[in-house]
Amino acid sequence: MSIKKISKIQPESFELSKDNLLEAENEIKKYPNDRKASAILALLFLVQKQNDNWLPLAAIKYVAKFLGVPYIQVYEVSTFYSMFNLSPVGKYFVQVCTTTPCMMKGSKKILDICKKYISKNPHELSENKLCSWTEVECLGACVNAPMMQINQDYFEDLDENSTEEIIQTLLEDKLPKPGSAKNRKNTAPEKGKTTLLEVKNA
Amino acid sequence: MINTYWRKTVPKIIINNKEVEFEEGMTVLQACELAGAEIPRFCYHERLSIAGNCRMCLVEMENSPKPIASCAMPATNGMKIKTNTLFVDKARKGVMEFLLANHPLDCPVCDQGGECDLQDQSLLYGFDHSRYTENKRQVNEKYMGPLIKTEMTRCIHCTRCIRFATEVAGIPELGAIGRGEDMEITTYLEKSMESELSANVIDLCPVGALTSKPYAFESRPWDLKKTETIDVMDAVGSNIRVDTYGWEVKRVLPRVNEDINEEWISDKTRYACDGLLKQRLDTPYIRENGRLRKSSWDQALKLLIIKLKSFNPNEIAGLVGDLADLEMIYSFKSFFEKCIGSTNLECRQDRIYINPQERMNYIFNSTISGIEDSDFILLVGTNPRLEATILNARIRKAYIKNKLKIYSIGDVGDLTYPYQNIGSNTSIIKEIVSGSHEISNKIKKAKKPMIIIGDSALYGKSGKYVFETLKNFLSDNNFIKKNWNALNILTQQASRVGAIDFGVYSVNETENFSFFNKVDNDDFKLIYLLGADNINFDKKNKFIVYQGSHGDKGAEIADIILPGAAYTEKNGLFVNLEGKLQSAYKASYPPGDAREDWIIFKDLANMMKKPLGFNNIKHLRESINKQIQSKIKNGVKKNIEVDFIEENISVKPIDYYYTNSIARSSKVMSECRQISKRFLFTGIEKAS
Amino acid sequence: MLKDEDRIFKNLYNDLGWDIDSAITRGDWLQTKDHISKGKDWIIKEIKDSELRGRGGAGFPTGLKLSFAPKELGSRPHYLVINADESEPGTCKDRDILRFEPQKLIEGCLITSYSISAHTCYIYIRGEYLREGQRLQEAINQSYQKNFLGKNACGSGWDLDIHLHYGAGAYICGEETALLESLEGKKGLPRLKPPFPALVGLYGCPTIVNNVETVAVIPTILRKGAKWFSSLGKPKNTGTKIFCISGDVNNPCNVEEEMSIPLKDLIEKHAGGVVGGWNNLQAVIPGGSSMPLLPKSVCETIEMDFDSLIKAKSGLGTAGVIVINKDQDIIRCIARIAKFYKHESCGQCTPCREGCGWMWRMLERMAEGEATYKEIELLYDVTKQIEGHTICAFGEGAAWPVQGLLRHFKKEIEKRSHEEPLIKKKSNIPYLIDQHLLEKDSA
Repeated sequence: MSIKKISKIQPESFELSKDNLLEAENEIKKYPNDRKASAILALLFLVQKQNDNWLPLAAIKYVAKFLGVPYIQVYEVSTFYSMFNLSPVGKYFVQVCTTTPCMMKGSKKILDICKKYISKNPHELSENKLCSWTEVECLGACVNAPMMQINQDYFEDLDENSTEEIIQTLLEDKLPKPGSAKNRKNTAPEKGKTTLLEVKNA
Repeated sequence: MINTYWRKTVPKIIINNKEVEFEEGMTVLQACELAGAEIPRFCYHERLSIAGNCRMCLVEMENSPKPIASCAMPATNGMKIKTNTLFVDKARKGVMEFLLANHPLDCPVCDQGGECDLQDQSLLYGFDHSRYTENKRQVNEKYMGPLIKTEMTRCIHCTRCIRFATEVAGIPELGAIGRGEDMEITTYLEKSMESELSANVIDLCPVGALTSKPYAFESRPWDLKKTETIDVMDAVGSNIRVDTYGWEVKRVLPRVNEDINEEWISDKTRYACDGLLKQRLDTPYIRENGRLRKSSWDQALKLLIIKLKSFNPNEIAGLVGDLADLEMIYSFKSFFEKCIGSTNLECRQDRIYINPQERMNYIFNSTISGIEDSDFILLVGTNPRLEATILNARIRKAYIKNKLKIYSIGDVGDLTYPYQNIGSNTSIIKEIVSGSHEISNKIKKAKKPMIIIGDSALYGKSGKYVFETLKNFLSDNNFIKKNWNALNILTQQASRVGAIDFGVYSVNETENFSFFNKVDNDDFKLIYLLGADNINFDKKNKFIVYQGSHGDKGAEIADIILPGAAYTEKNGLFVNLEGKLQSAYKASYPPGDAREDWIIFKDLANMMKKPLGFNNIKHLRESINKQIQSKIKNGVKKNIEVDFIEENISVKPIDYYYTNSIARSSKVMSECRQISKRFLFTGIEKAS
Repeated sequence: MLKDEDRIFKNLYNDLGWDIDSAITRGDWLQTKDHISKGKDWIIKEIKDSELRGRGGAGFPTGLKLSFAPKELGSRPHYLVINADESEPGTCKDRDILRFEPQKLIEGCLITSYSISAHTCYIYIRGEYLREGQRLQEAINQSYQKNFLGKNACGSGWDLDIHLHYGAGAYICGEETALLESLEGKKGLPRLKPPFPALVGLYGCPTIVNNVETVAVIPTILRKGAKWFSSLGKPKNTGTKIFCISGDVNNPCNVEEEMSIPLKDLIEKHAGGVVGGWNNLQAVIPGGSSMPLLPKSVCETIEMDFDSLIKAKSGLGTAGVIVINKDQDIIRCIARIAKFYKHESCGQCTPCREGCGWMWRMLERMAEGEATYKEIELLYDVTKQIEGHTICAFGEGAAWPVQGLLRHFKKEIEKRSHEEPLIKKKSNIPYLIDQHLLEKDSA
């Protein structure tokens, strides 16, 4: 994983909003008193939630001071984990899984659609500044391959048509319905279950 | 039963079929070293935590299908280890190939060449050719300040530097960002390192990723003459190795001394050495019509003798500077006593209180290594981080090891370990002594407490009160004993303890500062400055003689300048703040006409026909030894009670990179100073 | 085929509702208090007797692992940490448990926590599973409402709090010590072992780390008895297992089956067969991406359990079955896995940091037909130099799939490679050191 690019345009300062501050306090409460640092990941997620899904440098300092840990530790963490973005991403951030199970089921075609409709290169904003896309490693929904994640939601069992439809919807600033594009029930076999045929809640 | 109870079983480990006894808690690597089996390593370092990430130290362990990392594996009784099998060799060669895969082949232009661990190990474990035909990884250089030059492409990610910064220096500024093969070592957003110990990472770096910026492309290690000597930048007396090329001191490196500096030195110790090349006094000067002009030794000395004879001995005074060795001090004192007949001598340019009755009154009695045993530390008016950086690192080590409680009277900012500031007034001391302060009991309950008194507490009206009261308090509570003496004075000057040992002070029953009172009253007509540059008096009409190595504050006001030798240019004895006598060795020679200082006094005395009784260094050393012996025997003990004086104890700000004439002449030091000033101006926030 | 009544995860496809009331009607939280009242030793003995092996990949006997925790609570608290950082390519079983059977997991957490004297349990869930995490949090809240968690959880007299901790996209955090580091707010770098987490784990305290599926089956084992569980499958490879069948099958799916089910049955009966028919099968990766692949000949007869697969020089791993048919380029498939490992290597120790990228680059060239014969040997050497020399098992995970490829498809690579392909093809590759050879050739 190459070193993440740090955005050249940075806000001067950052502070968590009141609601998020409350949530941050709740996160810290999960851990023993002297182990506040455990909440680094949770706080960085809160920052991303508040700041259009990316981490400005000011927020890294903010989180470090908030938890009483060195800047470098928060900086290390934010560059180590792939879910933290150090430069702005689109309002709809499309992450296409391209690891072997998805690759075998045609994730390349999905990438091509992203390139065609969103932007030529990953991490570039679409023309209307709404979307960006990137390739990611296995997202853990291999049975429903190929799949992609848009913001928090999984879009599974994709093919060219359904992907195109989803991306078009995004570009119109609407979030399509997540889940299987083939209307398949979760991870059950598409053409009818082979097990658990007669179980009912007692 | 009884027999087995008494026979304490010593654990044994079998290494290469050889049985070795080892201590509980050792790692396999340490046990292997006991057995004489050398283990290659990059990430492992005795004084840092174990990372186990370079995988070079793999050894074979019986019943383990995989080789084990010997640096991380605790040795256990009966373990069978092999270090010389094909299996081990193959594993290490594999690791070495990986390390070299992305390491550039730039040894010819790499400053680490000749002292590079990777170079050395690859001789043993490297292939003769590279099988890695992909593009090599290129990593951008990182800015880490004026001392550390980076070439991060060479980095092998052993993380020694990160561990040093976090653990020893206590400034968690270095880290590894990214992951996998793209991992990079950097400071936070490439800021310069904010530690006074930062340059030690250069020694720690096993490859040429972190090298010395001021020493860049200066020399090759095999071309340098190496002299093991002692540092004088502070009173700690760090053991150093001075590397010279011809006359020039190219660099200063640390030497291991477990009792003093372990194997670290401060940045000032390491990098003030370029000050030895600049602003040097290489010929005598005489002031004529307000201007200094070059002169010969003969002329200068003759003029000096005329001047000395023209004043009453009471009107002549001598001030010893911070970098003087015992030879200088002793010959200076002998010269004053025998040739001038004056006892107006002083070494305390900073005008702090001393009580020279007993030796323990002005030294660091608990010793530096003793800090590690301590369970309580009270700092009184001292900032050890700047006053004795290496000692501060030891306090931090003790804090990490024992989590001991540290309190401070006087707010001193970040010391790299947490401490509690309990106010900054002498009234706190009154409370502690009377038992009304909360820490009073903590001191009494502690097994090995330490009170460290700094210059700032001994300065001013209340200095006497602070010292005597705390000393009485400690002795009342039986903390001044043979096996543990809790009284510690933190001196900052390399010459100080030795000068006091040799009686270079003017102290009487009632007055501690008679020398300076006389200076201020203009009682002295001629002041002889022996390398004294931190002077704080007006020249007025006084005739000033300056003898020293650098054209600094002293030389500026002098009427006669006699060029002396700097600490790397003579054999000299130094007494460090613990009272340890250490020997410095001549690594270079004085520039131009400059002479070793004791020779100047010897010549002067001979010219005045009042010889000092020593004509060579051997005789001088013998006299010095006698003096030291007699000093240790003579101890008068008397308790002094002092009335309470209320005064604020404010820790004096220290211009860390500019404390003496050598450092002030150093370009590197002034760069460091600029940067640390910038930190103050921009108000960089502390991370924790 | 396993009877439905013997299946543990009855709501695997969410036909019956995930909420706590539905779960209770399916039998969850039944007798929990009684089981706990029988004591720690009984619980651990029952788990040992059931011969349950960890479902996270390594297959370590769970009962034994639980018994490693100090028996009595000392000055330091004990922790149970659930590893829900499911990131192994080919695996998505825990996701279904988290979504649809959260109560089984929560009940398992209570029983396991009690058996190791832990009052706090952290569930480390991968950050991408945000929706699953939200679902799990709801389920935890429901359990708190019913007093199944918190003070005197489920009337057992044991206090337990469960907290959710999200990862942030790092495969290595599935390694238990890296997970603990991540939980402490650091980078997920695996720790050196010894000391093992059972003695020095989270915050330096005794910690047991278990996979979601392992913990989730424990309540059912206690309810139905160790004998029932051990009667399924083969000795030492007992019970049921959720298999994830992905790749070139007609009906990719998750299915809970008996341990030791023949791979062919799994593919043919549950996943609708290989695309293009059984004869179109090229290879199968039986246990998530880090396990070596099996060629078709082995797939005919192999049974899916820990020991059988080890005998076939592969492993059950997480039971993520990736089926690869003959339409796929097998070298490219493995090259993509190598890229995954290169991307996810934490970079801490040398062999993995430097080796994973090297393997990937060589495989890419092999897939492109730009490699030489020599490099096939070199690739094997590199895998051997990574394997067993790293801090954690990631090294093996990265090296094995490549070794599997070399073991079974060496001919395929050789077919594409050449003696001196670059000179032959006169291709101009900037990094070629011997560029002058080309020039001479073309001159």
